[in-house]
Amino acid sequence: MGDPLFWHRLQFGFTITYHYLFPQLTMGLAFIIVVLKALGLKTGEARYMEAARFWIRIFGINFAVGVVTGIPMEFQFGTNWAEFSRISGGVIGQSLAMEGMFAFFLESSFLGLLVWGEKKLSPRAHFGAAIALWIGSWLSGYFIIVTNAFMQHPVGYTVTPEGIFQLTSFWAFILNPWAFAQYAHNMLATVVTGSFVVAAVGAFWALKGLYPEQARLNLKVGVILGFIFSVLLAFPTGDIAGKMVAKYQPVSLAAMEGRFDSGPFADLVMVGQPNVAEARIDNPIRVPAVLSFLAYGSFSANVKGLKDFPRDQWPTSIEMLYYAYHIMVGLGTLLILIMAIGLLLSWKGRLATARPMLWVLMLAFPFPYIATTAGWAVAEFGRQPWLIYGLLRTAKGASPTVHSGATIFTSLGFAGIYLVLGFLFLYLIGREVAHGPASHTQKA
Amino acid sequence: MEMLWFWLVSVLMAIYVVMDGFDFGAGILHLFVAKTNEERREVLGAVGPLWDGNEVWLLAGGGSLFLAFPKVLAAGFSGFYLALFLVLWFLLLRAISIEFRSHVQDVLWRQLWDAGFSVASIVLPVLLGAALGNVLRGVPLDASGYFSLPLWTHFWVTPWPGILDWYTVLIGVFALVTMAAHGSLFLAWKTQGPVHDRSVALSMKLWGAVVVIWLVATVASFGVTPGLFQNLPRSPLAWLAVIIFVAGLVSVFVGVRRQKYLMAFLGSGAFILGILAATAACVYPVMLKSTLDPAYSLTAQNALAGRIGLNAALGWWFIAFVIVLGYYTYLFRFHRGKVKAAAEGEGY
Ligand code: HDD
Ligand code: HEM
Ligand code: HEM
Repeated sequence: MGDPLFWHRLQFGFTITYHYLFPQLTMGLAFIIVVLKALGLKTGEARYMEAARFWIRIFGINFAVGVVTGIPMEFQFGTNWAEFSRISGGVIGQSLAMEGMFAFFLESSFLGLLVWGEKKLSPRAHFGAAIALWIGSWLSGYFIIVTNAFMQHPVGYTVTPEGIFQLTSFWAFILNPWAFAQYAHNMLATVVTGSFVVAAVGAFWALKGLYPEQARLNLKVGVILGFIFSVLLAFPTGDIAGKMVAKYQPVSLAAMEGRFDSGPFADLVMVGQPNVAEARIDNPIRVPAVLSFLAYGSFSANVKGLKDFPRDQWPTSIEMLYYAYHIMVGLGTLLILIMAIGLLLSWKGRLATARPMLWVLMLAFPFPYIATTAGWAVAEFGRQPWLIYGLLRTAKGASPTVHSGATIFTSLGFAGIYLVLGFLFLYLIGREVAHGPASHTQKA
Repeated sequence: MEMLWFWLVSVLMAIYVVMDGFDFGAGILHLFVAKTNEERREVLGAVGPLWDGNEVWLLAGGGSLFLAFPKVLAAGFSGFYLALFLVLWFLLLRAISIEFRSHVQDVLWRQLWDAGFSVASIVLPVLLGAALGNVLRGVPLDASGYFSLPLWTHFWVTPWPGILDWYTVLIGVFALVTMAAHGSLFLAWKTQGPVHDRSVALSMKLWGAVVVIWLVATVASFGVTPGLFQNLPRSPLAWLAVIIFVAGLVSVFVGVRRQKYLMAFLGSGAFILGILAATAACVYPVMLKSTLDPAYSLTAQNALAGRIGLNAALGWWFIAFVIVLGYYTYLFRFHRGKVKAAAEGEGY
């Protein structure tokens, strides 16, 4: 407990996990708002514009919390991970600076126009602001994922005699193949989060018998987008992400799957508890040979187990990694199932009256949040014990002069502030949802 | 190369202070110049669409520092650890105060966020000014390239000071008064009616105070770091900066007298920009001065990142900068003219 490293990790992990709850909805909704406004412009129907207006209000509140929780992230590279910043700043500073210059300015400049500018702008110009925000937020996602991809799979760099990382190829760094795989999977996940939230609000109104037209519209848009994107999330992008891990971080794959022994025809563990001390899975339910196929495309491929890797290469928390991965994949399957049923009912025109299904949709919106959080836990715990994979140990990256008294103080501060912030956020969103699609002024 | 990046980073930071400076100023004066709900919405309506973009200049400056001088970022951020977390928390308070206030029509709710906006806007310039004071005074950097400073010790300027000592607090107060003065001209320009009149009335008093504290701070800086002004006669950039800030000061007073508030506001921007540029010219090439031994100081030369990365960055940096200026031009044109207090449920 007196070790500052533990607190740096806890603080960074907590603040980033919290931050990411907001951008994922920002990025998903930005896309959905563009879709709604495009439909509105094309069909000329007011109901699409009304739905877009409602979601823009939610977007505004969510965005504000995303901004205030994002700024601490930027600072913590320097405050908590000073050695990491000193050693790798010449490389990752590149993508972080680009994020600020290309993405954050774009987002912050056009947000005001989108939220408050509808009366002053023409419908097309307002649509333009929505597109600008969509591009800005998705660019921001790309640059941060490039940064993270360098930590997962470093490319385009050289190490100087003093042990400093320098860029040798800007394009290799920006076009890291790991970043492509991660980005595709992650961005689809944001649309899934957005779709579940949209569908949940539609389901809530339908169950209460409020705003029937808007309820139906949100349900329909939610389940259509939700189904398409949940499927794409598992295949091909989830599959590709898995193959990347198999190729570049085989020891993480072994830990994610709870695999201790090597061999061909590797079976996939569906359920069970990893018993690391005894190096086995307790109470397993297995599907034979599937893991070999998923990881390497052939049932007979050899999948290495943890025992074949030196102990000091093992991820530091095998249990967390294993559960996080199984939660993500399990929920991924469940999300497809929910949306498939929703789509079927919607297609038959029965969704708005199918009460049990509406209950499911209303209560299911936390699942994508849990799955994305679990997914990042897989990526980040899987990277351990490395801060930059194969190059820099996490223990070597922390700030040398910051003692645990200071980190515990700031960690507790964040815990308190974010708790209050969370309540305020939920209160404001709850008011908007209860208020319904009509804006405050129109109602009054 | 090191000189170019030193100035690129400095320019971004200076733009940050000018831009977010008027948000701070408006926040400092918020409770004093705006009394009714309508008036407060006018102040918030003036900063509301701009503050987030203004804050991004800080991120862009920090990002460019990270990219070009990673050692300075590593040493500075970890050395000022606690002070930076205070900055973060007050930035957070300011942002949610602006964004959350107008969503709920309740007297207590609004009083709470008005106070939050004001308190955060008062504390932040003091902290940021004190940070500048630390850079001028120097920090106990040692051979490891790191240092660590407590928030305060005994408030004396010694080789082992705290982040806050009498000198850095003085610079902090200078920053506070300057931001308030800057904000008063912003509000004079953007608002009408009582808010406008009160801002104008305050602006002359505040600018008087700025001039006095500026003289005191300059003398104090000379006392604390005698070598500080050595560069001044030799650097043409420093002379340019001095001309800019003197011209800015003149146009502040002329602008207010002639009731040309945009001119006065631009003058106050030029004053801040010029004073920061002159400071940068004085300290160059030192970025973080060591109070223990000049050999340990981090300079633009010994902290510079690798060449290939910096060349690549120059390629996109200028493109991005021009695009950003484009957004800003559009944004300020879109919001030109006086703010009108929005109807309930809309705007800030
Ligand atoms: C709604 C959220 C969601 C769902 C249902 C899934 N994922 Fe995922 N996954 C993510 C959200 C996510 C994420 C949060 O977006 C991650 C974290 C890092 C990243 O880029 O994406 C991620 C990472 C991630 C990784 C780790 C990459 C690494 O170690 O860096 C793998 C192997 C998979 N995913 C595979 C899958 C598979 C096979 C799924 C099957 C259904 C799946 N994911 C569903
Ligand atoms: C939203 C997505 C993310 C989540 C939920 C997340 C989660 C975590 C967690 C739980 C840890 C602690 C791991 C441990 O100590 O075992 C961690 C560490 C860290 N993450 Fe992430 N992370 C995310 C995205 C990122 C991104 C995009 C970056 C880089 C740009 C990043 C950089 C780091 C760093 C520097 C550490 C600290 C060093 C370490 O423990 O490895 N993270 N993250
Ligand atoms: C260590 C990692 C991270 C850092 C340093 C970081 C930094 C920031 C900062 C400073 C902001 C505020 C920008 C503003 O003022 O407008 C922000 C917002 C945002 N971030 Fe992050 N962030 C991190 C992780 C992530 C991840 C993992 C994603 C997504 C993949 C992401 C996507 C966004 C988006 C879309 C926004 C826009 C505002 C919002 O939705 O809330 N960030 N981030």
